[in-house]
Amino acid sequence: MDLIESYKEEMQLVRKPWTRLWIGLLLATLILLPWFGREYWVYVATLIFIYSIGVQGQNILIGYTGQISFGQAGFLAIGAFTFGHLSRLGCPLLINLLAAGLLAGVFGILVGFPSLRLKGPYLAIVTLGFGIAVYQVFVNSEILSGGRMGLTVQKLPPLLGLTQTTTVYYFLFLLAFLFTLASYNLISSFVGRAFIAIRDNDIAAEAMGVNLTRYKLLSFAISSFYTGVQGGLYAMLLGYLEPNMFTFLETITLFVAVIIGGLASVEGSILGAAFVILVPQIFSNIKELVPVVYGLTILIILIFEPLGLSGRWLKIRLYLRMWPFR
Amino acid sequence: MNLFLQYCLSGLSIGSLYALVALGLVLIYRSTRILNFAHGDMATGGTFFAFMILGLTPSFSLAFSLALLFGCLLAMGFYFGILIPAQRRDATLLGQTILTVGLGLIFQGLISYFWGTEPQPFPFPISDTKVYKVGEMVISQLALGAMGVGLFGSLLLYLLVQRTRLGLAMRATSENLPAAQTLGIPTRRVLALSWGLAAVLGVLAGIFLAPALLLDPFFMLEPFLKGFAAAVLGGLNSLPGAIVGGLLLGLAESLAGNYITVAFKNTLAFLVIIIILLIRPEGLLGTEFKERV
Repeated sequence: MDLIESYKEEMQLVRKPWTRLWIGLLLATLILLPWFGREYWVYVATLIFIYSIGVQGQNILIGYTGQISFGQAGFLAIGAFTFGHLSRLGCPLLINLLAAGLLAGVFGILVGFPSLRLKGPYLAIVTLGFGIAVYQVFVNSEILSGGRMGLTVQKLPPLLGLTQTTTVYYFLFLLAFLFTLASYNLISSFVGRAFIAIRDNDIAAEAMGVNLTRYKLLSFAISSFYTGVQGGLYAMLLGYLEPNMFTFLETITLFVAVIIGGLASVEGSILGAAFVILVPQIFSNIKELVPVVYGLTILIILIFEPLGLSGRWLKIRLYLRMWPFR
Repeated sequence: MNLFLQYCLSGLSIGSLYALVALGLVLIYRSTRILNFAHGDMATGGTFFAFMILGLTPSFSLAFSLALLFGCLLAMGFYFGILIPAQRRDATLLGQTILTVGLGLIFQGLISYFWGTEPQPFPFPISDTKVYKVGEMVISQLALGAMGVGLFGSLLLYLLVQRTRLGLAMRATSENLPAAQTLGIPTRRVLALSWGLAAVLGVLAGIFLAPALLLDPFFMLEPFLKGFAAAVLGGLNSLPGAIVGGLLLGLAESLAGNYITVAFKNTLAFLVIIIILLIRPEGLLGTEFKERV
């Protein structure tokens, strides 16, 4: 779409002045939302911020590195319960979040090891096994899961004279913004290029000097770091945890978000996260039909728009730029 | 020792149903290289269809055969209605696999919408409380039936694939699609039939699992994951591998559940699979397609 003439230009996040304006407007709208929008919308936006972090992580693994993982729910659970237990011990919030991400990342490296030998469906079954194992450990261990009553987690206290919802909103807005920025930078760096090379053909990538072991494990670690942070934030938002929140269906939701948003696209991840949050809100009267909407959207997107929502977005942008010519 | 044999027997009984699920997955994977994530939900759909027919008529055999037919038509409809259009638009393998995820979600949602998410008992002519004594071991009628269906289904499939012209066409299609087309094999029809057959196997397993598990829209999720694991364990492109994998998984699960801990039954089963995969990445009997750069 764009002609890139220099390496410096390739590294730039925003290439056109107009794009800068639009992004500025979007950010300003998001910052002003709590002052003008209804509280319900603020809450929904908060959920979208949380999910967009996890979906970006999943997209780094599936979309950019091409490794399928069905163990996301396990990483979510690890992140959430790490956060929960640390916050009960009275550690500061940011340290808890970091620990949630790091512990999930360590487990990500462990799960990543089989990926050095296994591919496609075989890798999927190993990661699936991990997800199920984590779930069963939490279900069967009262110390870890907080027993039958679940684990109550301290919520974020209101800061700077704002209300509780608004504080959480701004905190998560900032975090989602930072993570998005990090994803963009990661993808355009040499690490991101190594990931893409592995996805396109791992043998060729290895021949070109990409250290497969290091980058596959790195991809798993980064992806599960994101997911762990998502889990921690989720715990913080709800203030309550139980193992049944992290079943296989949660993995599927993240997967659906990546596919609908568009593989290998950061904007797509955010759009996908918005999709999986908004659809259940719209269909809150007939919850049973939510999977049907997900499924139909997947079918439509894969047949008519394989690049997902971000592909459609790209086409709209191109059309507007060329208008009135085609 | 008797206890050990008893555990083995119950493991083989559940394992034969896993083998049926795994056979359905392998049948599709080896001919199209698509992992069918809708397999469990198709089976659930078929079982609920049987449940509905049973509400209308008391004849179990009628409901049974109609459910199998329903599953078969459902899978064929998916193949012709969605997969072929997607292939015409150059969908990738990953894309086609994800299509089956989408289909599974649609089934899941529709089933919960029409029948509700409350678990319901499934009326079944074979009881699971009536037991037979085999030497020192005890086996319930249902477990015996499940084992019989599993073995009989596998045998029929073996005969079909190895001894008939249709089976020859199926093998040719999975071996080399363009060559099979050149030789005049109607590959599209053969593949559609494979999809239908796979769904029939799934529904068969579903109907025999339903009485033990209670019927709810998610009751096939765990058996599906187990069948998936069994198929991977045996090698995803080997039909005998699916049977071996299913039986082994059933055995491992039953022994681990009874001797070590029942709470971590699933985890231990998956642990066994992961270890086997690390030693043999293509599964026990599988031969993975060689890759070229």
